Amino acid sequence: MDIRTTGGPPTADEIAAVDGILGSPESIWEGGGRSTQDDHLARGGHAARSQRPLLLPVLHAIQDRMGWVSRGALEYACRRLSIPPAEAYGVVSFYGRFALDERPELALHVCDDIACKGAGADDLCSALEKAFGPSGKTWHRSACLGLCDRSPAALVERAGVPEEREEHQVAPITLEAAQAILRGGRPEDQPRPQVVQRGTVRLLRRVGVVDPESIDSYRKAGGYAALRRALELGSEGVIREVTEAKLLGRGGAAFPTGRKWDAVAKATVRPHYLVCNADESEPGTFKDRVLMEADPFAVVEAMTIAAIATGCEQGYLYVRGEYPLARERIEHAIGEARAHGFLGADIEGAGTRFDIEVRRGAGAYICGEETALFNSIEGKRGEPRNKPPFPVQAGLFGKPTLVNNVETLVNVLDILGEGGAAFASIGTADSTGTRLFCVSGQVRVPGLYEVPMGTTLRALIELAGGLREDRTLRAVLLGGAAGSFVTESQLDVPLSFEGTRAIGATLGSGAVIVLDDTADLEQVLLRIARFFRDESCGQCVPCRVGTVRQEEALKRILSQRETSLREADVALLSDIAQAMRDASICGLGQTAASAIGSAVIQLKLVGP
Amino acid sequence: MNEVFVGLPKRMVKISVDGTDVQVPEGTTILEACRRLQIDTPTLCQLETLTPVNVCRVCVVEVEGSRVLVPACSRKVEPEMKVLTDSERVRHSRRLVLELLASSVDMALCAQQVHGWMARYGAKPERFGAAATVAQPVKIDNDLYVRDYSRCILCYKCVEACGVDAQNTFAIGVAGRGFDAHISTEFTVELPDSACVYCGNCIGVCPTGALMFKSEYDMRQAGTWDESQQKVTETVCPYCGVGCMLELHVQDNSIVKVTSPLDHSVTAGHLCVKGRFGFQFVQQRSRETKG
Repeated sequence: MDIRTTGGPPTADEIAAVDGILGSPESIWEGGGRSTQDDHLARGGHAARSQRPLLLPVLHAIQDRMGWVSRGALEYACRRLSIPPAEAYGVVSFYGRFALDERPELALHVCDDIACKGAGADDLCSALEKAFGPSGKTWHRSACLGLCDRSPAALVERAGVPEEREEHQVAPITLEAAQAILRGGRPEDQPRPQVVQRGTVRLLRRVGVVDPESIDSYRKAGGYAALRRALELGSEGVIREVTEAKLLGRGGAAFPTGRKWDAVAKATVRPHYLVCNADESEPGTFKDRVLMEADPFAVVEAMTIAAIATGCEQGYLYVRGEYPLARERIEHAIGEARAHGFLGADIEGAGTRFDIEVRRGAGAYICGEETALFNSIEGKRGEPRNKPPFPVQAGLFGKPTLVNNVETLVNVLDILGEGGAAFASIGTADSTGTRLFCVSGQVRVPGLYEVPMGTTLRALIELAGGLREDRTLRAVLLGGAAGSFVTESQLDVPLSFEGTRAIGATLGSGAVIVLDDTADLEQVLLRIARFFRDESCGQCVPCRVGTVRQEEALKRILSQRETSLREADVALLSDIAQAMRDASICGLGQTAASAIGSAVIQLKLVGP
Repeated sequence: MNEVFVGLPKRMVKISVDGTDVQVPEGTTILEACRRLQIDTPTLCQLETLTPVNVCRVCVVEVEGSRVLVPACSRKVEPEMKVLTDSERVRHSRRLVLELLASSVDMALCAQQVHGWMARYGAKPERFGAAATVAQPVKIDNDLYVRDYSRCILCYKCVEACGVDAQNTFAIGVAGRGFDAHISTEFTVELPDSACVYCGNCIGVCPTGALMFKSEYDMRQAGTWDESQQKVTETVCPYCGVGCMLELHVQDNSIVKVTSPLDHSVTAGHLCVKGRFGFQFVQQRSRETKG
C-alpha cells in the first residue's frame, strides 16, 4: 500500500499536535524530513500499520489543538500511522466531534434533547439562532450531554495549545451565560452536584463524601479492601461470588455478569482484554458520569478485580467524549493507583499485572454498542460487528474480551465486601442488588437515585420529590430513547428486569424521564426520531434507511389531521419497526423504533 | 478439470432448512446450505470472492432460538440448527429491506434477479411517499469509469475490492454516518487526485450500475447501449504472463466493456488497468486502413 497525499503540507501547529502523541518522525517514510538513509531503507509493513489504534487519539489531538481536522493534518497523521487517507477520512467523518471544515476555536454545544427541551432548551436555541446565526458555526445543537439533572445543559470547547485549551460542562446554562461564552467569556467551573438522596445508598455511598482526587480519602472510606479480598479469593473465587450474587449487566442488555466473566476466564486464546464501557450516551442517562466524577477510584478498583478474575493484563476505559471531568478524574485515579502499586506490573505484590488505558469517545452514540466500541478503540469507524462471534470469544483485536458497564463493575466491590449471597438478598429474586436511576424531566428534584431492584416507579418518582404542584403526569420515558413510554396506570410497575419486561418496557440504561402535562410530547417524539436518524451508523439497510423513513412517517402523522391517512402511516411505522427490530445488525437499530412505537400504542397519541 | 486442493476432510453438520434435513460440511454458511437445497435466497452485499459484510440484510433467515433474524450470508451452520427461509417474519424483513432501498436509491440497473425478488416479496417502495433519496449528479472525472452514487446501495463491495479483498489500493472508503454514509475518496477528491489505480475491480463487483465503464455510460446516454446486440468473447489478456481470462463485451464490432469470470482460478473476477481498460488498440481502425 502506497500512501498518496495531495493535500499540501500540514501547519506547524498541526505537526506539533500529532507529534505530541507520536513523537517526532524518524524518517521521510513517516512524514519527516529526508535523510540519505531514507533512499536505501524503506519503513512500513506490519509494524507501521499496527499503530492504527492510535488514530483516534491523534485525531483528538488535532481537533483539540486546531478546532478542526484539515486535509494537511489528516494526511500527516496518515503518513505517521501508515493509514490510507480514504480510510482515515471515513473515520473522521464518522465521529460527530471531529470537524472537517474550518471552524472557530470556540464551540458551544447546547443540548436540545428530551430533558433539556422540557427545561427551555428550545427557547434558548432560538435566541442563540437570532443572535449568532444558525447552529453549526459557533454554537451547535447537541444530543443529550448527560447533564439531565441540571438541564438545560451545554458543553464549551475551546481549541488551542494545551495551556489554553478548555472543555467545560455548563449546566444549567442561561441565555446570558451562553451569550457571554460566545462573546469570548470564559465560564467558571461550577460546583459539582452532590447526591441529594437521603437514606441508605450503596453504590453512591462515597459520592460526595470522598475526595475524588485523593486515593487516601478513598482508602479511608474502605477503598481497596475489595481488591485485597479478590487477591485472596483468586479468579475462581471471585467469579463464584459474582455468579452467586446473580448480578446482571447494568448497561441495558442485562446479561448475567458471572457467566460472562467465566467465559472470558476460560477462553483459551490469549491475551484477554478488559473493556469498561463508559460511553454513556443514552439520552437521559448520567449515572456512570456521576460515578466516574465522584468516585473514580471505585471504577479503577473494580476494573482491576475484573481483570484478576478473567486473566486480563490490559484494560481500556472508553469514556464518552462529552465527559471531560469524568475523563480527567479517571485518568488522575489511574495515575494514583499506579503510583501506589494498585495497578501495574505487580499489583499489591501479588505478582499480578494489569494496567488501564483511557480512550476517549468522539461523539457517536453507537460506540456504546460493545462491538462498535471495539472498532473505535482499534481506530476504525464505530460500526457494530455481527454477532456471533461474541466478545467473550473474539472481541477487541479479535481476542476474548470482557466488556462491562461502569455501574455493573462498581457493584462488584460490594459483592466482594459482603459476599455474593448477601448481595443476592437485596432486590428481587431475579434482579438482585440496587439500581441507579437517572431521574430527570419534570420532577421537583431531578438527580441520581439508588433504589433496590423491584421498587415501584411511583416510589422512585416520589423519591425525586414527585411532580411539581398542580401538574399531572403525561408519561414517563423509561430507559431513554431506546426505551419506551409508560403511563400513569403503569406507575406501580416494579423496577426490575422481569417487572418491566412484563409490561413490555425495559430498564435500559436507568434513564427515567418524567413528562408532565406541560410537556410537548410531539416534539419529544420528533426529537427521538431525529436522534436515531443522526446516530445510526449507516451500515445496515433497516436502520440506515428505516430511521429516516420513521422520522418522515412520524412527521406526516403529526401534521396530518385526517384519520384514514394517519392510519396508513401508523401501519407503515409498525412495518418499519418490525424490520428494524428483526433485521438490524445491532441493538441501536433493534430498539430505534421502540419508544415511538410505544407512544403510538400507550399514549394513543397518533393512533386512529 | 483443474486440480484443486480441497483441504482436510470436514465434519458434516446436520441442519434443517424449511423442514428439510440437509448435511453440509462444518463451516458452511446458511446461504450455501440454502443454495445446495436450491432455495433462491436474495443477496445484495454478498459475493463469493469477498469477505461477507452482512450489511444489506436482505438474506436474513429465521433461526430457531434466535431473538432476531440472522444473515444467511455470514452465519455458519451449527449442529441441529433449524432454519426458516420463508416465514412471515423473513418475508416481512426482506420486503422492507428491498422497499427501503428502492425508495432511496435508483435500482433500475440492478440485475433482473433483483427485480424478481421485489416482485416475489411484493415490495412497494412508493408507499413511503415523498421520501429522502441519495439522488445526486453523476461523478465523471476520468476517461475510464463513472460513479453514479444515486444508484449506490452502500453494499461495501467496491471498498472491499479496492482494499484487502483484492486490490489493496484503499482509494475509497465509507465516509459519513447514517443516511449520509457514502463511498468516498479522502475529502471527496476526484479520482485522478486519489490513490485509484483504475483496475476497475470496483466496477466488477458493483451490483447496481453505480460504477460503470465510461464507454457503457456514454452509450447509455446516447441510447445506443443494447445488451441483446452484444457478444461476449472469451480470451486471455495479452499484456503479461499471469494469464487473466478476459470477457470482451462487443457491440457493433467494438469492445464496450471488459470483465473476468468470478470463478476463474487466476482472476477471481479481478483485473488490472491494462486488462480492464487497455483494449483501444484492438479497435484502432485508422491504423488498419493506413496498413
